[in-house]
Amino acid sequence: MKGQGRGLQAYALLYLLFLYAPIILLPLFAFNSGTIIAFPLQGFTTGWFAQMWANATLRTALTNSLIIAVSAAILATCLGIFAARASTRFEFPGKGGMMGFILLPMVLPEIIVAMSLLVVLLGVGVELSILTVILGHVLICMPYAIAILSTAFSSLDRSLEEAAYDLGETRWSAFRLVTLPLVMPGIISSLLISFTISLDEFIIAFFLAGNQPTLPTYIFSQLRFPKQIPMIMALGTVLVALSIVLLTLGEYFRRRGNARMGGNPTGGFL
Amino acid sequence: MAKGLDAQARQGYALIAPPFLYALLILAAPLLTILTYSFLTDGYLEVVRDFTWANYAQVWTDPIVRTVMLRSLVVSALVTLVTVLLAFPVAYYVSFMVRPEKKATWLFLITIPFWTSYLIRVFLWKVILGYNGVINSSLTGLGIIDEPLTFILYNVNSIVITLAHAYAPFAILPIFVALEKIDRSLLEAGRDLGESRAMTFWRVTLPLAMPGVLAAVLIVFIPTIGDYVTPELIGGGKIPMIANLIQVQMLALDNRPLGSALAVTAMAIVALVSIVFLLINRRFLKVRS
Repeated sequence: MKGQGRGLQAYALLYLLFLYAPIILLPLFAFNSGTIIAFPLQGFTTGWFAQMWANATLRTALTNSLIIAVSAAILATCLGIFAARASTRFEFPGKGGMMGFILLPMVLPEIIVAMSLLVVLLGVGVELSILTVILGHVLICMPYAIAILSTAFSSLDRSLEEAAYDLGETRWSAFRLVTLPLVMPGIISSLLISFTISLDEFIIAFFLAGNQPTLPTYIFSQLRFPKQIPMIMALGTVLVALSIVLLTLGEYFRRRGNARMGGNPTGGFL
Repeated sequence: MAKGLDAQARQGYALIAPPFLYALLILAAPLLTILTYSFLTDGYLEVVRDFTWANYAQVWTDPIVRTVMLRSLVVSALVTLVTVLLAFPVAYYVSFMVRPEKKATWLFLITIPFWTSYLIRVFLWKVILGYNGVINSSLTGLGIIDEPLTFILYNVNSIVITLAHAYAPFAILPIFVALEKIDRSLLEAGRDLGESRAMTFWRVTLPLAMPGVLAAVLIVFIPTIGDYVTPELIGGGKIPMIANLIQVQMLALDNRPLGSALAVTAMAIVALVSIVFLLINRRFLKVRS
């Protein structure tokens, strides 16, 4: 038994190394003074970060991405609350089908979503902008928001709400005063995950943003120029650090939410 | 009682309406539009409203389309196979060997890389696997090989490795969930009845984990077939997959009916493969219910 466990453990650790290989390399190249992304490393520099900081297009792209990600996160979470509440609290004919349809973007190739939406928007004559990107991002963030929020809503003790009704609260005030605070960790976690997905989403932004840059489309356009790549590595390092912070926060809130409702601590973001 | 049900159903519908209508407007309407477009004729700068099967005829007879479609299917199948095979032992380890209080941390560690910039991860795989890349330069540096390994250079293999990395959590999580649900006393029963550890795994654990494995297969297969970034960055545009072809038809050549026919065909093939796969594995899915 012990031997078998050891072997599996070694394999699992190797697998983690495989998963983390790109992330470990990223900062090495970001602080490397050589202009070519290859070993051996040259010397230490923070020049690429300075270059990144001074880049005006990058700043526009960042602003656009932040506007898109914040809007998409809020809208997807709001819509997600409706769906999660409906699916965990009420029974009605056709529920499975409707929920399945809302969750469909999770498995649909993004290129299909992006292309079909593009064709319709151009057909109707809507001008492409960051607004059209937000439309697409809300659609693809919503299933993830619902997955997280459903967990939060389903571990909710219904008798607490009923107690509130008995104490004279209306349906809305009971929701606001009892349910909402209890699922708040789930909501924060959903906002963070949606924000992260939107910030990193490339395909939809690539097709629907018109001539507005977002962070991923800017990165994609720069990967063609070898001279720009060290700066992109610096940008990547910052982004990775940022996502790790956001995800750790999200995980913290998810666990706290679970602990508050006495749930078990396992389960991931998906 | 019937009235109570009605009230409950009404409330349910009222709640689900906003997200459902949003999905109808932003997803169903566009999908129907490309379905319609795929039967229309491409005119100069606009789509002519003449019904035709010509786009589909072209999609099914064009050798380039056939090559690319076939390549997409083969690459996705390979990615799915590699990802699920690599992921299963990890899911098994976390579910059976890791202490309960540590499980969440393991899952968290597994999902973190997935949330970091996809483009940069793909690009770094090109750096790792490339001609002067991390693997080749360290192996030549150590004197293990003289010439850089060519089987991982900007080809289908490197696309498979990159995608297997990108979709790892999609495979691990469903398998983990299925393994977690297995009643541990069943395994003890298997052992008590004189089965060896390997036989218990083969006859009890694996069949019970199958729904998770099947979910993992579908959840990896479907999105990888539509991947646009990896062939573009790793293959340098020289080994396109179906998404790249759709993009070229839709935007570069501005032939929306043909692009739509390609997209619809791709979706139909994916749906067909998934359904056949589910039917073949009906036996395993019944175990749960």
